[in-house]
Amino acid sequence: MNVTRREFLVSSAAAGGGLALGLHVPFAMAADTKAAAAATEVNLWVAIRPDDTCVIRIARAEMGQGTLTGLAQLVVEELECDWAKVTTEGITPGRNLASKRAWGEMGTGGSRGIRTSHEYVRQGGAAARIMLLQAAADEWKVPVSELTVSKGVITHAASKRTTSYGKVAAKAAKITPPDVKTIKLRDPKEWKVAGQGLKRLDTRDKLDGSKVYSIDVRLPGMLNAAIQQCPVFGGKLVSYDEAAIAKRPGVKGVVKVDASTVAVVADTWWHAKTALDALPIVWDEGPNAKVSSASIAAHLKTGIDAEKAFAGTKKGDALQAISTSPKKVEAIYGTPFLAHATMEPMNCTARVTKEGAEVWVPTQNAEASLAALAESAGLPLEKCEVHRTDLGCGFGRRGGNQDYTKQATVIAKQFPGIPVKLIWSREEDTMHDFYRPISQCKLTAGLDAAGNLSGLHVRVSGQSINAWVNPNFDPEGKDRRQLQGMWEEPGDAQIGYTVPNLQIEYSMRNTHVPVGPWRGVNTNQNGVYLECFMDEVAKAAGKDPLEFRRALMANHPKHLAVLNAAAERAGWGKPLPAGVHRGIAQFMGYGSYSAAVAEVSVSAAGELKVHRMVLALDCGHAVNPEQIAAQVEGSVAYGLSATLFGENTVENGRIKETNFHEYRILKLAEMPKVETVIVPTYDFWGGVGEPTICVVAPSVLNAIYAATGKPVRQLPLKNQKLV
Amino acid sequence: MAKLNINGKVLDVKAEPDTPLLWALREQVGLTGTKYGCGVAACGACSVHINGELTRSCTMPIGSLKATDRIVTIEGLSKGATHAVQRAWAEVDVPQCGYCQSGQIMAAAALIAKTAKPTDADIDAAMTNICRCGTYQRIRKAIHRAAELNAAPKGGKA
Repeated sequence: MNVTRREFLVSSAAAGGGLALGLHVPFAMAADTKAAAAATEVNLWVAIRPDDTCVIRIARAEMGQGTLTGLAQLVVEELECDWAKVTTEGITPGRNLASKRAWGEMGTGGSRGIRTSHEYVRQGGAAARIMLLQAAADEWKVPVSELTVSKGVITHAASKRTTSYGKVAAKAAKITPPDVKTIKLRDPKEWKVAGQGLKRLDTRDKLDGSKVYSIDVRLPGMLNAAIQQCPVFGGKLVSYDEAAIAKRPGVKGVVKVDASTVAVVADTWWHAKTALDALPIVWDEGPNAKVSSASIAAHLKTGIDAEKAFAGTKKGDALQAISTSPKKVEAIYGTPFLAHATMEPMNCTARVTKEGAEVWVPTQNAEASLAALAESAGLPLEKCEVHRTDLGCGFGRRGGNQDYTKQATVIAKQFPGIPVKLIWSREEDTMHDFYRPISQCKLTAGLDAAGNLSGLHVRVSGQSINAWVNPNFDPEGKDRRQLQGMWEEPGDAQIGYTVPNLQIEYSMRNTHVPVGPWRGVNTNQNGVYLECFMDEVAKAAGKDPLEFRRALMANHPKHLAVLNAAAERAGWGKPLPAGVHRGIAQFMGYGSYSAAVAEVSVSAAGELKVHRMVLALDCGHAVNPEQIAAQVEGSVAYGLSATLFGENTVENGRIKETNFHEYRILKLAEMPKVETVIVPTYDFWGGVGEPTICVVAPSVLNAIYAATGKPVRQLPLKNQKLV
Repeated sequence: MAKLNINGKVLDVKAEPDTPLLWALREQVGLTGTKYGCGVAACGACSVHINGELTRSCTMPIGSLKATDRIVTIEGLSKGATHAVQRAWAEVDVPQCGYCQSGQIMAAAALIAKTAKPTDADIDAAMTNICRCGTYQRIRKAIHRAAELNAAPKGGKA
C-alpha cells in the first residue's frame, strides 16, 4: 500500500478523529524501523532489552496530559511485564510514514490520545506477550498452555523452570505474530496495571532542568531567529531597512518569511530578538486596520438579530411554544477571543539542504508538521523527518496549523545545512494565535403554569473554526461544530436535557482574527450559555437549580449520574459557611460527561473568592485515576483563568494584549480546592484532557448568581461589577 | 565578557552587559533548565537564586552581576534531584508538561529556605509563578511535604 503525498497531507491535516486512511497494521514488523538501543523489537509497540527493560512505543504527543503514561499502562496491562522496568520511546512521523502508518494516527487533540488508540495498543501488548510465551515454550519444548507469566518472568511450574522476557525476546521477534482476531483482551474490570493511579513515567527530568524541550535544542553551528508578523491580521510587509541592523552583534541576515512576516537571524536568539526590535519595518496594515472589539460585537449582534439562522437542532416548535407560554425568560450572553498561552512559546528548529530537511518541534500533530516541512522545503515527504519533543503545553495551539514549522523551514532554507532555531517572543505568541472563537448567544425559554420548560430557543452567533481552516467551508455557515455540547445525538457532545420544543441555531459571523481549537473548544462557550441560562430559568420557575435540571434529565442517565455525583460530594443543599454560595453545571464533550459544583463568596465590594470546586467526570474507562484527577485540577485552572481574566480584545485590527501582564493567567493563590469524583461506567471510552473545562465557568457564574441574585452574562469577570 | 559564578563555578560569559541572565545561561553557558516564558518577569519560568534570593533572570542584565554573586540554577540546586523540594515534587507527582517546573521548584526552594514550615498563606504569597497546566494544588501539597521531609530526623537538610 502506498500513501501518496496528497493522501498524507489530507489525512494528517484533518481535524476530525479516527484513522483516516485505515492503514494501520498493528502487528506487522516495520521493515525499516530502528529498534531502541540494544533492544529487540518484538512488534511495533514493544521492544525488550536483555536486562528485561520493556520499551513501549508511543505515537501520540505528550504535552502534560499524561497520555504517555496511560498508553504505556494499556500496553503493559496485556504485555504482563514489570512496570518498574518500563521505559518509553516516541516514534517519528517519518518512521510511521515509511511503515505505511503502522502506528496509526499520531495527532493528539480532541482528547483522542487514548480513546481512539486503546484497542490497538492493548492488542500490541497482548501480541507481544503471546510471542514471548511461545518463544519460551519452543525453547523448553512444552505446550505454551503450561506456562504462566508475571511481571515479565515466565514460569513452567511442572519443571520448575523460569526465564524472562529479556532472555526470550530475540526468539520471540522471529515468531509469526498472532492473528488479531484471536487475541482476547483483558476485561477492564480485571485490570492490574491499567486502571491504577500510577505515577507518571516522565517526571524525573522535569525536576532538575535536564528535560530537553524543543526550545532547548542545541545543535552544532546553530543560528537563531526572531520573528515578527504584521500586527494586523491580513496586513502585509512593505519593506524593512536591513542596513540599519546589519552591523549589530551576531546578526547574519534578515529573511522575508512570507507576505506578512519578517525574521532576523543571528548567532543567538537574544541578538536576533534585539536586532528585530531595532529593525525599521513598514507594514501595509490592509483592510482590517480599523476593526475593533466594538465593531466585532456589532457584527455578531447581526447574527443574533437575523431573521434566520442554521438550525442545528429543531424539535417541535420552540418559537410557538415560547410565545404561548405564560412565562418567558430571555438573555444574551457573550464570550471573548482567547489565546492559548502555552508556557513554551511557539518554536521550531529546522535544518534544510537540497537533499533533505528535518525539524525539532513541539507538535500535537507530528504528521502535520512533516507535511508542513515537506511543503515549505519543497522536498518529498520521504526526504523529511520530524524529531518530536514533549511539549511545554499544547491546548490545541500546536495541532494542524503548524505556522511556526513552516516559518522555521522557510528561514532555514536561506542557510542551507545550518540548523536555525526560531523562537517566538511571548508578545508574538499572544498577538498571533489561533484564538478561541468569539461568540454571543441569545437564549429564550418558555415556562408553563407549573414552571416546566415548554420550549427553548438558543441562537449562537460567532466565528467558525471550520470556516477559518477552510475558507470554502459552507458559505451558509451550517457549522454544527459551533454548537458542540448542544447536539441531540448521543455519544460525543450531547445536550443532557429533554425539552419538548427545542431549537438550537448558529449564525456564522466571521472576523479577520484567526481562530482555532482551544482546549475544550466550543463546549466552553456553549457550556456557559446553556448552563447559566438554565439557572436563570430555574429561578424564574421558582425551583432549585439542581432539581430543575434533574426533572429534564430522566432520558439522559449518564449526564444525570454525573450531576448527582458532583452534587452529592459537594453536599448540595447542606448548610454552608456564612457568605458562601453554591453553583452547579453539567455538560458533555469529547465523549465524556462532566458536572461541577462551585463554592464562592462575593464581598460587599464585589470581590470574588472561589473556595472549593467539586468536579465529577464519567469518561467510561478510567485508565489512570490519579492522572485524570490531575487533568481535572488543570482544567479548573485553565477554565478559571478564562472565567476571571481571559480576554483578547481587538483594537486597530490587532490584538491589544501582548504579554502576561495584560493577558492574566490564574495564579496559585487564586486556585480553589479541587475535588475530583470519577464515575467510571466501563462501557465506553471518553476523553479526559478537555471535557471538564466547560463546567468550570458556568458553575462559578451560577454560584455568583446565587450569591448576588444578579446573573453575569459576559466574560471575563474582571470587566464585570458583581454587586 | 562577564565573570559569573554559576552553580559554584566562575565562568567567563561572552555576552554584552545588557544581555539578560536568562539568555546568558541558556545560550552562552548551555544551561537550558531555566526557561523563557515571557521576558518581562511576569511568569517566573526563568527563576534562579542569586545569593539565595529568588530572582527572575529574564530581566536581570548580566552587567549588573559581580563574580562574587552566587547564581544557582535548577541544574545546581542539588545533585541527583535530592533537594527536599525535588523529592517532594516526585512524591506528589507534581509536573504535567513540566515547562514551568524549574521555576516553580526554585521558587519553592527559596521559600522553604527562609520559612521552614510555610503556611498556606505563606505559599500563596511566595508562589506567584504561572503554571498553565494548572498544577497549583499539587505544588501546594508538595511544598508542605518538602517542609516535612526537611523536618524529618533522617530526611536530611536540603
